[in-house]
Amino acid sequence: MKANRSVGKGAVCLLAAVVLATFILIPVVQVSAAEAYKVGAVFSVTGRASFLGDPEKKTAVMLQEEINKKGGINGHPLELVIYDDEGDSTKCALAVRKLISRDKVCAIIGPSLSGLSLAVLPEAEKHKIPLVSCAASYKIVTKNPETGEQWKWVFKTPQSDSMAAEAIYTHMKKHGISKIAILSVTTGFGASGRSELLRLAPQFGMTIVADEKYGPKDTDMTAQLTKIKGLAPQAIVNWSIGPTQVVVVRNWKELAMTNATLYQSHGFGSRKNIELAAGAAEGVYCPLGACNIAEVLPAAHLQKKVTMEYLKAYKAKYNEAVSSFGGHAWDALALVTKALGAVGSDKAKIRDYLENLKGFVGQHGVFNFSPKDHNGLTKEAFQMVVVKNGDWALTD
Amino acid sequence: MANCRTYWHNGRTGTTGITGLTKNMEEISFSSQLLQYAITGVTIGSIYAMVAIGFNIIYNVTEAINFAQGEFVMLGGLVMVFLRVAVNIPVIFSLPLTIMLVTMVGILLDRLAIKPLSKPSVLAMVIATIGASFFIRGAAMMLWGKNPFDLPPFSGRNPISFLGAVVQPQGLWVVGFLLVVVVVLTLFFDRTILGKALRACAVNPSASSLVGINVKHMVLVSFALSAAIGALGGIVITPISLMEYDRGAMLAVKGFSACVLGGIGSFPGAVTGGLLIGLIESLGAGLVSSGYKDVFALLLLLFVLFVRPSGLLGNAEVSKIRKF
Repeated sequence: MKANRSVGKGAVCLLAAVVLATFILIPVVQVSAAEAYKVGAVFSVTGRASFLGDPEKKTAVMLQEEINKKGGINGHPLELVIYDDEGDSTKCALAVRKLISRDKVCAIIGPSLSGLSLAVLPEAEKHKIPLVSCAASYKIVTKNPETGEQWKWVFKTPQSDSMAAEAIYTHMKKHGISKIAILSVTTGFGASGRSELLRLAPQFGMTIVADEKYGPKDTDMTAQLTKIKGLAPQAIVNWSIGPTQVVVVRNWKELAMTNATLYQSHGFGSRKNIELAAGAAEGVYCPLGACNIAEVLPAAHLQKKVTMEYLKAYKAKYNEAVSSFGGHAWDALALVTKALGAVGSDKAKIRDYLENLKGFVGQHGVFNFSPKDHNGLTKEAFQMVVVKNGDWALTD
Repeated sequence: MANCRTYWHNGRTGTTGITGLTKNMEEISFSSQLLQYAITGVTIGSIYAMVAIGFNIIYNVTEAINFAQGEFVMLGGLVMVFLRVAVNIPVIFSLPLTIMLVTMVGILLDRLAIKPLSKPSVLAMVIATIGASFFIRGAAMMLWGKNPFDLPPFSGRNPISFLGAVVQPQGLWVVGFLLVVVVVLTLFFDRTILGKALRACAVNPSASSLVGINVKHMVLVSFALSAAIGALGGIVITPISLMEYDRGAMLAVKGFSACVLGGIGSFPGAVTGGLLIGLIESLGAGLVSSGYKDVFALLLLLFVLFVRPSGLLGNAEVSKIRKF
């Protein structure tokens, strides 16, 4: 009887040991088969900002495939969890929360829009997860504009609007332009560009004679341009995205305002816009990142190789031209990938690595991050280009 | 400086040095500016008027607002781009073909969304059209993608100078087509049996059916007709403003404002309202502040509604017995 009981005890012990062992062993087995690195992405793939989110998503998916084809990051496959926020801040916040709590990603890239990035950055700060935004506003990374203190967990890849404004003003100054008019769209992008133009104007000795606006779905800007024509500025800066920036170019041409040089913001950076302007864009200037003008960059340019590779791969996969926006997503995902390769999937380590990363050659510039700069770019990340014979041409 | 300018202002000759530049600057007098604002306002206003007419046709027969009206405009533009640019059919054939195709969409909208309603109350019809507008917009996004499309203007891009202002040739087409729509609709409603039957439905649907008019058929005709007019609006505006899948909603809002301003249900009101809103937007943007141009139009709308709730040319007696 006693012996019997001890046999039973032994069996129970053995069973418990086997169960325990499986529980302990299974995760170990999984790890040795290289656990996937999970990176989250939130883009405005559909909705009002789909022209941003669509190329961003396509780029991220393409880059993920490329990385996994090469065997992943140190043997770990890259798993991308992409959500579409439809340009809506509530949906964006939900997506970010879902990525953090349910998908348990180790870093997030996106959102596409500045407004949405500002709306979700407290989530990233609260949950201590690195967020690399693909939106432009400097406010996304700047916690305190007076001291320049940066948000601890938030980075961004696009050049700030202030850099574009500086690049435009520098070019104007070099060519003796000082009397200008501003046109901007009444969206976050337009308003941010407008305020940077107004803020920096005194530094560059610019006199702003007109400050006109239009709605994002307006059909015609002739009225605004007619008013500007009456004030005879030497140059016009237009700050918008989407179809309106093409309509501005056409109206400018129709009103025969070629004596007022037209500068566009970096939002003009797609050949599609030159095409849509139907010849009216000749002589239009704009500041662009290297990824928009890969073909016309000199061979010795630092970014020539990386931008040409992206351009060819994107064209081959999707049969459409690259846009600036896809380039921002490329930079964001490539930065996170580099960090994962160097320090693994620990969130704090990724953050620290990104903050001290120097000389990263991306689509839109050479990134040099520091605790005081979570964007890592300067105005040199923009090249001034002019539309010539239906294509971009470099200009001094 | 002189060097760089030759390529800046490509093709312009005769300017040397900075002084030359300022002397040769095309100047524009205040009266020319006013004229330019008026031209721009009338062009945009004509589109609003076409959308407003579309609202009115359906409203008159069903007393419901068709929230998919803007989608007809968008479809008109995009279908035309497809036929004209992708298939390369000349304007003279692609324009009627586009109108026919969008009219079919209007007919389908009635057959699939409006006619099956078991209790066709005004509210149910309005909600059905809201649903349809989402569906059409989504389908257009699937078919055409999200990028804007361009359509070559009917008669070139060379602007016509007129007393210091410039007129886009396409602007003349826009205004011309509005006139055609107004004339054809007037003849249709005054001279044809079908038009008179539609008007009878507008006045009193139950009495109309008592004298043998099939009201359901008339609803179908009204949807077909307003889809056709919406499509025409979309076709003529696309060469000016480009067209993308989600532009319909904004045009519908403007067109609806025009409709209410002029007096809902009134065709002269729709044209007046559309042109007025276009003019106020353009003059407001040019003379006061471009940032608040939509505010001026809406302020006028509010003011008119306070003073004359039936709209500028609406019939106060009729509006009292309307449900909506």
